[in-house]
Amino acid sequence: MLKRVAVPPGLWLMLSLVLVAVAAPWFAPYDPNATLDIIALKNQAPSLDHPFGTDPYSRDVLSRVLHGARVSLGFAFATVILALGAGTLYGSAMAFASPFMGTVLRRLLDVAFSVPRLLVLLAVAGVAGPLDVRLLVVLMAGTGWFATARLVHDEITALRTREFVLAARASGVPATRLVVRHLLPHLGPLLMTAASFSMAGTIMLEAGLSYLGLGIQPPTASWGNIIRDGAGLIQTHWWLTVFPVLATVIPIMTCNAAGDALRDRFAPPQFAGSAIPSPSNPPRGRIPSLFRQ
Amino acid sequence: MTPPRDSHTLLDVQSLQVTFPGAAGMVRAVDGVSFTVAGGETVCLVGESGCGKSLTSLSLLRLVPPPGRIESGGHILFEGRDLLSLDEAALRSVRGRQMAMIFQEPSTALNPVLTVGDQIAEVVRVHTKCSRRDAWQQAVDMLAQVGIADAPARAKQYPHELSGGMKQRVMIAMALVLTPRLVIADEPTTALDVTIQAQILELLRELRARTDMALLLITHDLGVVAEMASRVLVMYAGRVVEEAPVAALFASPHMPYTEGLLRAMPRIDSAQVSDPDALPDRLVTIPGTVPAPDALPSGCTFRDRCAYAWDRCAREEPVLYQVGPAHRARCHLVQEPERRTPHAASTASREVAA
Amino acid sequence: MNTTPLLSVRGLTKHFPIRTGVLQRVTGAVKAVDHVSFDVARGETLALVGESGCGKTTTGRALLRLVEPTSGTVQFDGVDVLALKGESLRRMRRHMQIVFQDPYGSLNPRMTVGAAIREGLVVHKLAEGAEADRRVAQLLDEVGLRADHAARYPHEFSGGQRQRIGIARALAVEPAFIVCDEPVSALDVSVQAQVVNLLRDLQRARGLSYLFIAHDLAVVAHMADRVAVMYLGRIVELAPRAALFATPRMPYTKALLSAVPVPEPGAARARILLPGDPPSPVNPPSGCVFHPRCPHPLKDAACTRLVPPLEEKAPGHFVACIKEPPTSVPTP
Repeated sequence: MLKRVAVPPGLWLMLSLVLVAVAAPWFAPYDPNATLDIIALKNQAPSLDHPFGTDPYSRDVLSRVLHGARVSLGFAFATVILALGAGTLYGSAMAFASPFMGTVLRRLLDVAFSVPRLLVLLAVAGVAGPLDVRLLVVLMAGTGWFATARLVHDEITALRTREFVLAARASGVPATRLVVRHLLPHLGPLLMTAASFSMAGTIMLEAGLSYLGLGIQPPTASWGNIIRDGAGLIQTHWWLTVFPVLATVIPIMTCNAAGDALRDRFAPPQFAGSAIPSPSNPPRGRIPSLFRQ
Repeated sequence: MTPPRDSHTLLDVQSLQVTFPGAAGMVRAVDGVSFTVAGGETVCLVGESGCGKSLTSLSLLRLVPPPGRIESGGHILFEGRDLLSLDEAALRSVRGRQMAMIFQEPSTALNPVLTVGDQIAEVVRVHTKCSRRDAWQQAVDMLAQVGIADAPARAKQYPHELSGGMKQRVMIAMALVLTPRLVIADEPTTALDVTIQAQILELLRELRARTDMALLLITHDLGVVAEMASRVLVMYAGRVVEEAPVAALFASPHMPYTEGLLRAMPRIDSAQVSDPDALPDRLVTIPGTVPAPDALPSGCTFRDRCAYAWDRCAREEPVLYQVGPAHRARCHLVQEPERRTPHAASTASREVAA
Repeated sequence: MNTTPLLSVRGLTKHFPIRTGVLQRVTGAVKAVDHVSFDVARGETLALVGESGCGKTTTGRALLRLVEPTSGTVQFDGVDVLALKGESLRRMRRHMQIVFQDPYGSLNPRMTVGAAIREGLVVHKLAEGAEADRRVAQLLDEVGLRADHAARYPHEFSGGQRQRIGIARALAVEPAFIVCDEPVSALDVSVQAQVVNLLRDLQRARGLSYLFIAHDLAVVAHMADRVAVMYLGRIVELAPRAALFATPRMPYTKALLSAVPVPEPGAARARILLPGDPPSPVNPPSGCVFHPRCPHPLKDAACTRLVPPLEEKAPGHFVACIKEPPTSVPTP
């Protein structure tokens, strides 16, 4: 499918973020948890030695942010994979089930949708106290798969009535081959798009939870708790907040932009013959984005 | 067809050009189209998909969707005023009031959240200083005039409650409620069943006779053209390639494309259809396909598909040559009629797939 | 000569249940196809014409069990198609194929054209590998395309070309019978002519039988050997082509024929305009479904009570109208 490899600028940005996150231990100038000279280096403004400054515990903020990238992005990635997997399974089950079972599953999903995700996370984390990271991933995935399930179900249902599926059935294509060769290739791009948006949302949620002290616990650096550490001192020591916030916001924006671009890139191709709009060929919008060519 | 009662020129389109950004620069979807419509006349714009007829009609009301645009250099004179140079306010007073449009798909052209009566009344209120009750009454009257039974009740219904034929009647009512001088109908019956199409065409003829409005009818169906038109314009690849009164066009088409279209059309009135022993004739086709607007051949754009083409056709673009009074054709054969002998060798021996 | 029909349909019915309310209870039914019966002989083209909502597309699909019929029988070459299940049904699919109306929707946009045509060969184990490629190339050539088109995607072709690809796909498994569901309705006039010619050439070369579903009577006039007219789920007239066009008996058929615009300016038209709109198939009129709009001079109360059977009023010419007398000489 990717015949041309002309890479839009936004994709470079995304790749470099991932690279940074993975290779943080090599990039980071200092150990993120090392308190380096408790007195002299406490709360220092950004300098050549410490481009992002130091925090109240005399730790290098740049190193913390880089390691935090690993943690936050890794966490979000794991959560999204789990949530997408669960959602796809449930959505497919719903689409292929008998009408009665399908309705039951659908209603259960509707109930699940009505649960406010943030409140549940806050409640559980607040009551159970600080959670092990793996449990946290499961919890976040467990509350984040509903939209994917509905997406997958709707897409499969819509595809089944498309004429080319009917044509395949008419040719005598057996059910398994139909699913694998005709339905799944359509789901792939859809899930990639959903993953992008889901990543953005999860990064934000985790940052928020960690900021409140309910997510990833110190001393493990996550962007959320780095912001927390510096929150009280924002007026005098701005670098303690600004850099981790930027670090959080940029990947979120990048993921959203990636999602947009993926959605357009993998939309069914424009028809041959006339690129000229007409009643049967409406013009498409042009929104500038990091990921457009 | 009876000659138009009022023969002054209502619409005068001069060198209309509509361009779109393509992969390799601007593409001319409508390339220098010129024609006139006199008061009370019915002119048909015929062509296949991609020839630019819909865009031409949209340009008249300046409704070309971006990123397409109407190039400067052309003029659209309506009753002497150039529509392309009017400001928004003046243009709005023309749209709907003096010039109205009927679209192809009634389901998408009608607002699903307003009753049909409201939509017609809105047209009235926008253009005249009318009270709500008067506007509603006019809407109901118009619905009755377009043949909708039980109009007061129907006016309160929503578009989804009506059938395709009724929705098209509603569109016609909306277009005609302020008795415009010119009505542009863009494939008004293509989406309808043939019996409903017959009703709608009959209705249009009736209304035209009653109100003496001019009708610019865009269609791809030559049967509809034969029924409705007094004059016909055939379009191909963004240009007018033949222009004639309807009888002349069907009796003696000069442009090979027009000839080809007439021969390719299946007909139910040909003799062998009703002959139990005859097999139906093979349909005579036009080989090849319409060229893409950004890949037009040099010279005459039809030459790759033409049975009569010779070297002049590749070198020189034909202009609209005069064939007879009011009959013009964009083909060098008009000047060199002795060349009208099909040569089998130059076109592929087997049909080229379209 | 073998005179048993290839396909024999009797009493084919399809009702779509309407469910309303929270509990989705069945409150009514859309009677899309109502007791339709006809035969198709080997090598013949039977046209099924009618306007939108008359049930012709549903009939075509029900024959192939792409939509499950509610009742009726379908005999194909002696086999009861409706009784087949699972693997034997799948194998039957090889002999009865379909070409769709929409040249844009009927091809998977993410599969190459060659892969789409091959699929039938692979699934029915007719060929594989190099042999399958060869056959695909042959089929593409037969429908007027080139072998190197096989590696392209559907969106790179025009409507007429995609329709040819659809035909190639149907032909790949060497069927005896093809349902052509409005194959040319979405195409321009000049392209339409090319595809109609192609279908006829293929029929003659391969001895195919077609059920040609269309709403355009002019196209039907060039394709069909016999014509069946449908209205609101029922066949109201069935006759050889010449007889139907020259001497239509059913008032609806007469109206339909008179409504077709003829490309001859100034031609005298005795046009029969039917009042109103076709009724909905949810609540069809009692008795003869056409009676509310019927202009027959002898129409009376019996028409509202009795469902007219499809009876032979002249040799080979079946009409569903109780007011039409049987004749051996066609009435003008």
